[in-house]
Amino acid sequence: MTAQSATVRISDDAVALALGADRLAAAFEQAGATVERVSSWGMHWFEPLVEIDGIGYGNATSADVAAILAGTAPDIGRISDHPFIARQQRLTFARAGKTRPLSLEDYQASGGWAGLSQARAIGPEATLEQVIASGLRGRGGAGFPTGIKWKTVANAPADRKYIVCNADEGDSGTFADRMVMEGDPYMLIEGMAIAAHAVGASKGYVYIRSEYPHAIAKMRAAAQACAHIIAPFEVEITVGAGAYVCGEETSLLNSLEGRRGEVRAKPPLPALKGLFGQPTVINNVLSLAAVPWILQHGGEAYAAYGMGRSRGTMPIQLAGNIKHGGLYETAFGVTLGELVNDIGGGTASGRPVRAVQVGGPLGAYIPVDQFHLPFDYEAFAAADALIGHAGVTVFDDSVDMARMARFALEFCAAESCGKCTPCRLGSVRGVEVMDEIIAGHDVTGNLALIEDLSETMKYGSLCALGGFTPYPVMSALTHFREDFVGEHAMEPAE
Amino acid sequence: MSPLEDIVTEIIARHDRGSEPARGALLPILHDLQAELGYISEDTIRLLASALNLTRAEVHGVVSFYHDFRTEKHALPVIKLCRAEACKARGVEALVDGAEQAAAGRATIETVYCLGLCSVGPNAMVGDQLHARLDASKLEQMIGAAA
Repeated sequence: MTAQSATVRISDDAVALALGADRLAAAFEQAGATVERVSSWGMHWFEPLVEIDGIGYGNATSADVAAILAGTAPDIGRISDHPFIARQQRLTFARAGKTRPLSLEDYQASGGWAGLSQARAIGPEATLEQVIASGLRGRGGAGFPTGIKWKTVANAPADRKYIVCNADEGDSGTFADRMVMEGDPYMLIEGMAIAAHAVGASKGYVYIRSEYPHAIAKMRAAAQACAHIIAPFEVEITVGAGAYVCGEETSLLNSLEGRRGEVRAKPPLPALKGLFGQPTVINNVLSLAAVPWILQHGGEAYAAYGMGRSRGTMPIQLAGNIKHGGLYETAFGVTLGELVNDIGGGTASGRPVRAVQVGGPLGAYIPVDQFHLPFDYEAFAAADALIGHAGVTVFDDSVDMARMARFALEFCAAESCGKCTPCRLGSVRGVEVMDEIIAGHDVTGNLALIEDLSETMKYGSLCALGGFTPYPVMSALTHFREDFVGEHAMEPAE
Repeated sequence: MSPLEDIVTEIIARHDRGSEPARGALLPILHDLQAELGYISEDTIRLLASALNLTRAEVHGVVSFYHDFRTEKHALPVIKLCRAEACKARGVEALVDGAEQAAAGRATIETVYCLGLCSVGPNAMVGDQLHARLDASKLEQMIGAAA
């Protein structure tokens, strides 16, 4: 193989870009190679990853170009055979690493628009039935059955209905929404078009956080390029403005209406009175992105994956201090231990794993002795934990869990919309109390205060920001009490 | 019309949404105005309020709610450093003091919570440019390049 004939595939996903993929691509072009920019395989520890004829070269730099083209550089073997990829069950991420994100040709050739064609062929009611039969539950964290939500909107009489895609992926440890938007934007738009067809909506909005400039650019280009395919349905891309709370659905709707992103009290449900007071389907990126596959292959085929009431697959995000971080899509039921140790390879630092936070900043910290927990909404709930958006953030034994509990409250204080008192004041007070505990002042008394405050926030807050902040706080306290009482302990922990 | 009025009118027209309430475009309008002018001034708020038939308090309320909108120009280039959980797990906290010293007088280090690169942190963003797997020396280089 000569350098001139080689087609080199390099991702243009934000992770690859942040690690110099553009410079690398330019170096390959300069060396006479043809470069194709594709989506990311999701093996982030290898990025920037170079692929030539299916063979991968990890962590490539401009200095490696000549050796890679000459075939003398060390390779990682065939990428699709790598255990990290081969063990996955990729439905939503079936195209990851394989297609050029904005190529309509690639999309069509890999089964794109088959779901929408099927939905149009069978009609709105049968489309709803397929989504209900799939057992798909909201992937944003709440886990509400998607088909039931759609049915409510379908049955609501109105002249105008909306499909809103919640792409305000603000949870630390999560990036699957970003990868869908940057790697397979037409799939998300197809999912929205199917939803629109099922419920009778004419307009859709994708609300993307402003911290995702590459996702915004790709989605804008994609919405324009496929407008003729999804017509008469229209999709508009809108950009958030740095407010984490806008990931909460009613706050997002206020933001889309040009208002402060404050939470609305429910009822009324957005399904009945959503955007501009009209019936609105509001779904997370991953929920909508799962829909084209469901329509193409049938709801039952999707429901064949998973366990219990958690059907289908979940794109799990392995993040933080983990050796093999990235995107791992698999059926529900995989255990935390398999994810962190077998698949993730333990910590990146090489030190022992101490805690794992699942579900973002509002998710619980889970100790190693609960690594038998299967990825399942109900199993997690029973352990006082959340799946959330399926981000798994790993910490090694250098972590101070009292400080992480303090940070959860600090984050809540910074991001609270201010509408309800338990969240607005509770978070600030919580930080003050945690400072006292960390300083070793009246630890027993202050721990009782934190527990009481958590209870108030959990049951008294309007939305999940105030309501779920107690999960990281209380789980840290329950499982890692020694970090709170520490050397300052005046009396033994109860 | 003043030059500012021209800009505001042009940007509002860019976001005409037909039959939908005009205020729905307020965030996109504010983003474009800030991109054009660098910040959202009192005068801009006044013009926007009158054009969209909102009170000044309503527009001010929106501008002040969102972290992205600022009412003063940035004096120095801004480096957004992620200090959320996944970057903490990868050691960002140990870099903060050094980064602030290196940036003194040359750039502003702002905290952000999550850039969505949680498997390859610590991460930062300058403009639309992302940087991952940062250590002290890479951060210093970045600050030098931004300043």
